[in-house]
Amino acid sequence: MSVLEIKDLKVSIDTDQGTKQILKGVDLTIREGEIHAIMGPNGSGKSTLAYSIAGHPRYNVEGGSVLLDGEEVLEMSVDERARAGLFLAMQYPVEIPGVTVSNFLRTAKTAIDGEAPALRSWIGEVRDSMSSLRMDSTFAERNVNEGFSGGEKKRHEILQLELLKPRFAILDETDSGLDVDALKIVSEGVNRVKDKTGLGILLITHYTRILRYIRPDFVHVFVDGRVAEEGGPELAERLEDEGYDRYLTGASA
Amino acid sequence: MTVAAPNTTGDQHGARAHSDGGWGATGGRPVPVQTRSERFASNDVSAFPEVTGLEAEWKLTPLDRIRSLLGGSPDGTPYEITSTGGVIEWIDRSDERIGVAGTAEERAAANAWSTFEKALSITAADEVVTVERSSLGTGDRAAHVVVTAKAGTSGTVILRSTGQARLTENVEIIVEDGANLTFVSLQEWTDDSVHLASQFARVGRDAFLKHIVVTLGGGVVRVNPSAHLVSEGGDVELYGLYYADAHQHLEQRVYVNHVAAHTRSRVTYKGALQGEGARTVWVGDVLIGAGATGTDTYEQNRNLVLTEGTRADSIPNLEIETGDIVGAGHASATGRFDDEQLFYLQARGIPEHEARRLVVHGFLTEIVQKIGQPELEQRLHAAIEAELARGAA
Repeated sequence: MSVLEIKDLKVSIDTDQGTKQILKGVDLTIREGEIHAIMGPNGSGKSTLAYSIAGHPRYNVEGGSVLLDGEEVLEMSVDERARAGLFLAMQYPVEIPGVTVSNFLRTAKTAIDGEAPALRSWIGEVRDSMSSLRMDSTFAERNVNEGFSGGEKKRHEILQLELLKPRFAILDETDSGLDVDALKIVSEGVNRVKDKTGLGILLITHYTRILRYIRPDFVHVFVDGRVAEEGGPELAERLEDEGYDRYLTGASA
Repeated sequence: MTVAAPNTTGDQHGARAHSDGGWGATGGRPVPVQTRSERFASNDVSAFPEVTGLEAEWKLTPLDRIRSLLGGSPDGTPYEITSTGGVIEWIDRSDERIGVAGTAEERAAANAWSTFEKALSITAADEVVTVERSSLGTGDRAAHVVVTAKAGTSGTVILRSTGQARLTENVEIIVEDGANLTFVSLQEWTDDSVHLASQFARVGRDAFLKHIVVTLGGGVVRVNPSAHLVSEGGDVELYGLYYADAHQHLEQRVYVNHVAAHTRSRVTYKGALQGEGARTVWVGDVLIGAGATGTDTYEQNRNLVLTEGTRADSIPNLEIETGDIVGAGHASATGRFDDEQLFYLQARGIPEHEARRLVVHGFLTEIVQKIGQPELEQRLHAAIEAELARGAA
């Protein structure tokens, strides 16, 4: 069974005002097939956690480790992490002008698998996945994220999740900017992929709304770069009622 | 311009001479404001003063590498070509087609005009014409080309230049009423070559010209296309793709002249720069004349800087003499390789070199796709691939 262990992770960024500590010692263990929701107020470091695990160069790891089945992820390059089985669904996916979705997907799949996918079955797989995400077939010939609506961008992220079949996925505010219909489609997609591949999920969100569609096994409340409280799905319900104020008194609020 | 230096001196923003305009700094003489269409023009080289390098026209060009083509007596005799399709002929200087589309506006062009002996005439009608020249030699040469798209026809002309050359030339493109022409000027010279070209297009009533300049090879290549929309309903799309390696100077000065009412123009030039001393210049002039009501124009230039040690100049100029237009705009951006794009692709398992390749191809492919000739498009993709490989080496 695969396991992703985050141990005492400390991360800073360089700002105009100097180095700023964002993550102040994060501990988190996710096993295959588990869904962990990370919730917290803006600026608490949720996205920093996501991007640090994926290896974005902006973030300086000051200490701690991230182990994927015992292997140190922090020593890998960004693409090595992806090939090792990590996936980050981004909050703001980037436009790549002139690169079509179909070319991009095939290139990524080839990189992840170490060989080009068999053409016929691959085309079928892409088509099926696109149709279950209610994506028009012309989508494949558009340039990556160029002119995509917010909902299209998120569906495209989940399309990649389904096709690249990672062992662990971090979904960074996948619910942001989605209307109810799009949220349902995207959530169905995530659940379908999980049922099929048994991946572990770290679901980062500000709102509890998405948790009605993607049921977490564990909820972690993130405040000021640390996990402030942990619990089951009932914790999310409590946050729904009370908000984050309880954690912020005396801290940064 | 390429570099926006932060204002650290505390003076008022904008209260400084623009690096391209000059408030009388040039040679100590004030430069009069001049409408683009009133620029001096003559086909006689002696009508132009010696080039000093301070002229707006020449100040971004490495004169030491092109000097001999600005005067002297270049060889103006016909050269060897290979071609497929079309009607290809060498015509006399007195031929009525010569001088229809334009007049030289600078000394190198005037020198070519003064010294060519025969002009290469290419007439395309409802077909794809390819003309290749590859053996112009090491001596200075002058040339003149006339491309004609007959009224009501639809065709493509590809003029491809390879091998070594030191060439100054004028290309006239006559797009007759109702004609639809795609003209591709492809420069794949050796890296010690020099090529100075003025390409003048005259676009007739309800005619359409797609003009594409692709420059991959050459030491100094300066291609200056102009399109003159002299009749109602004229429509031009001017595209450019350039890839400058170490010590290559690739320059293009584009001019769209909206003379008649209800004309349309789109200009999109994209360039990549890689290697020490890679240098590109793009100047885009658009003039909307007093009679050009209903004009619809947009021009843009994008440069992708792949390494340190390069310089890209990008200067759009828009001059409007009537307010009664559909639209006019311009944009220019010169940027480094986008690290966020790189991160996004790498986060999908794609190794860095492959990710860079994808992004550069993607950036330039917009122009390649405009050509509409699958074979040539494929060859250009391969050529871009080779350029990238050169950068990685």
